[in-house]
Amino acid sequence: MFKKLSMAALAVALSATSSLAATEVTWWHAMGGELGKKLEEIAQKFNESQSDYKVVPVYKGSYPETLTAAIAAFRAGQQPAIVQVFEVGTGTMMAAKGAVYPVYKLMADEGEPFDTKTFLSPVTGYYSDTKGNILSLPFNSSTPIMYYNKDVFKKAGLDPEVAPKTWKEVEEFSRKIVSSGAAKCGLTSAWITWVQTENLSALHDKPFGTLQNGFGGVKSEFTFNGPLQAKHWANLKKWQDEGLFKYGGPVGGDQAATMFYSQECAITMNSSAGRAGVINNAKTFTPGFAPLPYYDDEIKEPKNSIIGGATLWVLNGKEKATYKGVAKFFSYLSKPEVQADWHQFTGYLPITNAAYDLGQKQGYYAKNPGSDIAIKQITRGTPSENSKGVRFGNFTQVRTIVDEEFQALLANKKDAKQALDSAVQRGNALLREFEAANSN
Amino acid sequence: MDTKRTTFNNRLLPYLLLAPQLAITLVFFIWPAAQAVKSSFEREDPFGFSTVFVGLTHYRQLFADPNYLDALWRTAVFAVSVTALSMVLGLAFAAAVDRLARSAKIYTTLLVWPYAVAPVVAGVLWWFLFNTSTGLLPFFLERIGIRWDHDLNGTHAMILIIIAAAWKQISYNFLFFLAGLQSVPQSLIEAAAIDGSGPVRRFFTISLPLLSPTTFFLFIINVNYTMFDTFPIVDATTGGGPAQTTTTLVYKVYQDGYVGLNIGSSSAQSVLLMLIVMLLTFVQFRFVERRVQY
Repeated sequence: MFKKLSMAALAVALSATSSLAATEVTWWHAMGGELGKKLEEIAQKFNESQSDYKVVPVYKGSYPETLTAAIAAFRAGQQPAIVQVFEVGTGTMMAAKGAVYPVYKLMADEGEPFDTKTFLSPVTGYYSDTKGNILSLPFNSSTPIMYYNKDVFKKAGLDPEVAPKTWKEVEEFSRKIVSSGAAKCGLTSAWITWVQTENLSALHDKPFGTLQNGFGGVKSEFTFNGPLQAKHWANLKKWQDEGLFKYGGPVGGDQAATMFYSQECAITMNSSAGRAGVINNAKTFTPGFAPLPYYDDEIKEPKNSIIGGATLWVLNGKEKATYKGVAKFFSYLSKPEVQADWHQFTGYLPITNAAYDLGQKQGYYAKNPGSDIAIKQITRGTPSENSKGVRFGNFTQVRTIVDEEFQALLANKKDAKQALDSAVQRGNALLREFEAANSN
Repeated sequence: MDTKRTTFNNRLLPYLLLAPQLAITLVFFIWPAAQAVKSSFEREDPFGFSTVFVGLTHYRQLFADPNYLDALWRTAVFAVSVTALSMVLGLAFAAAVDRLARSAKIYTTLLVWPYAVAPVVAGVLWWFLFNTSTGLLPFFLERIGIRWDHDLNGTHAMILIIIAAAWKQISYNFLFFLAGLQSVPQSLIEAAAIDGSGPVRRFFTISLPLLSPTTFFLFIINVNYTMFDTFPIVDATTGGGPAQTTTTLVYKVYQDGYVGLNIGSSSAQSVLLMLIVMLLTFVQFRFVERRVQY
């Protein structure tokens, strides 16, 4: 008994000393479920690949929760070295100059090779400052695509291999699906804000806000109440009344996925990172993948879609040794094999061109039809000021407002133009608030 | 009045005995409350690098914001509905169980169970039951011609959170009412029965008036409960939506402060919420208590 105990104590002591030798790098993230397991596996593999640093991933809940937790921890001096922040938190992080250790600077200080050009340009464009320096490391970026149910298409007498290309076709196809009784509803969508408002604007080369969609500074104003957005929202409302469209709920619109999986709705639009979920849940039907539709009377060649997802921010106030570890870890994360593995498992975009090339060499895209739709959609054409992305302060709240106004539209309280006008007006108030808080 | 006074020889001792409680109050109530009051007068970026004194700006903005005034009214509707529903049902169950002889214990145990359920779990339970695409209740409601849709219909969403919040609180009210009913002197009830009044009349003319201290106590507790403790229920069921129709004051504090990182405005709202509850409690003790028979 005593022998066993002392052996155990010795083992504990030994493991304690070995972990003391390695510098710990805490990494707060917001990846639950399958994604979280994959993320932990990546950290584990990095830890096994060397013995100087130990990356410790900690799951902190949803994206907003992770951001708030990191901010609270920073104020208390207990911040992690790395925190995963979603794209709408970018404005907040960029304004917090004293809290953030910019990634380009970190990599230069630590002498780690870091070439912006190796990354996919729409991804880096989103996360760079006005001088083109990358402030946070792109990790999991996605873009919305269209998912459809091939079996329902067949039942409705449509060609299952032909996805609707334009919104007009989406409408026609949905009508056919509903009237033939192939499904109860034609179309639903996750993320009304991100997909049906922000990406809609980008695809049609229409501004979402002034000053290059907010990239030009905190004095920007929203302008997403233009004729295109009003027309699209009015259409969604019209289609809802006709029974063609079903609302999936606010924020991420969780109901949209449920309705698509249960074959209630034949088409849904969601993040490319929803691909794994669709494949896992579409047990009784064959899913199809396609780019987002557009209005062909508004634009002949739709622009690239914009990204969502998250990046890794490095926070100030840690030991020099910790930052060395962060830089090493970031180099590891940017490796083509690591990136390609993460991308292929999750459906997030490959962050580097090399990871995309590797996937092609492995024959991944040929074997998995539809898996490169997101990449092609985000890299098509030349990004314009309107399709580079959006960057605004208080943007989490602005999205809540857009959701609320969309609900008011669907509940017959406002028409599309009124709802968008009100969203812009309320959003602008928040932008002025952000400007005031960050300029004194 | 002839009350016994305990006297201490050592002057320090009473303070020493009070110290733990005072420390707890200071650390967990006074200090955070003072912080909230302080930051309600300041504008600060989320990370706390720059703090500017802005006086009453946040308060002025709140009272000019129709969304805040709506939330105020909505909270009143919510508090009154939840309190009324859970107290009436709690009393009804207590009166029913009070008349049972042998099975009273089993029913008491069963009726108390919901109280052991965490608010967020209660919220999720009702969210499942009322889920628009997979829930049980919308399925039945559709048969009687009601298309349940709390994702878009604000009234439905409000009914949902009222039911979920009241359901959890019924147990608590039930327990207190049952204890109250059991302490009503049996002799009074028997005397009334001999005089020929039936059980219903006895309940309204004897038990109910004698329950007034319990009712009063529960009233305060229930209003405070709906003001503060219902946050997890709202968060788990509707998230304050659709279009803010279920955003109560406490939920708005969370939305603006925790999600929106607008600490100044959020603090101003907590201060106002604190004042409202203090005022309500004061009114209740000052005016309602006078009519209560102890």
